[in-house]
Amino acid sequence: MRVAARRHDGHHRTPAYLKGKHGTVTRVHSSFLNPETHAYGKDGLPEQPLYLVSFPQSNIWPEYGGGAADRLYVDVFEHWLEETE
Amino acid sequence: MHDRGGWPTDAPIDRTEHELADWEILMDSLVGTLGENGTLNVDELRRGIEGMPPSAYETASYYERWLYSVETILTEKGVLAPGELDARLET
Amino acid sequence: MSSHDEHDHDHPHEALTNSEEPAAAARVRALVDLLVEKGVVGRDDVRQRIDWLVSRSPSDGARLVARAWVDPEFRQRLLADTRAAAFELDLDPGPSPVVVALENTEAVHHMVVCTLCSCYPKALLGPPPDWYKDLPYRSRAVSEPRAVLEEFGVQLDDDVELRVVDSTADIRYLVLPRRPSGTERMTEEELAQLVTRDSMIGVATPVVPPTVRT
Repeated sequence: MRVAARRHDGHHRTPAYLKGKHGTVTRVHSSFLNPETHAYGKDGLPEQPLYLVSFPQSNIWPEYGGGAADRLYVDVFEHWLEETE
Repeated sequence: MHDRGGWPTDAPIDRTEHELADWEILMDSLVGTLGENGTLNVDELRRGIEGMPPSAYETASYYERWLYSVETILTEKGVLAPGELDARLET
Repeated sequence: MSSHDEHDHDHPHEALTNSEEPAAAARVRALVDLLVEKGVVGRDDVRQRIDWLVSRSPSDGARLVARAWVDPEFRQRLLADTRAAAFELDLDPGPSPVVVALENTEAVHHMVVCTLCSCYPKALLGPPPDWYKDLPYRSRAVSEPRAVLEEFGVQLDDDVELRVVDSTADIRYLVLPRRPSGTERMTEEELAQLVTRDSMIGVATPVVPPTVRT
């Protein structure tokens, strides 16, 4: 999977450092209210599926100085994920 | 400003801790109560904090940010009238 | 409340006035009074939340860990559904709909952060420490976690997989640290004493104090 590289003005929970990066879904959570609308007085529906996505640290930080196997795990909403080959 | 992951920083991690002051416990509990009765949700709280002017965000303490956000959001929703809290503090 | 050593400290952003409290303190109290008068919140509801918050402590999380250490089947249940496992021990897992326990092993070490704000399993650990909420940890935990761990006194071998978990949504993460060796004769209560708050965040590992070793 790839995290969408799009810009989003306004409240959203996809960290900037993650945008455009490639990772793997490791856990399928249930669905939750969409914070992007819920933060502005809307009801947050429809709920959006949430996934725990895992990234090799070297995919995210070009100069990562830690272990080669080190990974970063982040909860990402489905509408921020794009399938890749 | 709030989206901090990977920001370069020379700042060491200051591990000094402090017990929450009464007003901080009160602030936290107020937000929890407002959440429970549907007046203000956590996404709105976060959005309010994220809307702080960057200099204010950096210098405010954690619960001062919460206060800023709650005042902003509740005023936006018409629960508080603009300036109402200031006026009360002056009396 | 859990006890902390420091009371006076020079946090740069707490500008003190003549009293010991920042200006925000009076403002918060006035805000609560105003909202109670308007009927937006009930005074008793606020008090109940205060009581709940001050009763939160890492000893709750430590009980989950100690039970998991002595009871392998409980450990499996804890990993499968942490909220349900908390209820088994009459613990309050908090309002978050999902809590996930992350198991540290010989091969894998977990560390938790919230880069965007301060998400934290406070029902089971008490309120988060300042450093967890402050900007340096939030910046560095994701990009240089091993350096951060070294500052906290944790050295990981190069071949240990370090997993940093950034809590960006409503899921709350709790680290299940490894049981230290030399604890085979300890009771569950004694084991719970070894489990520190920091070890359940993932920036410390439980150790057996020298005086306790037989």
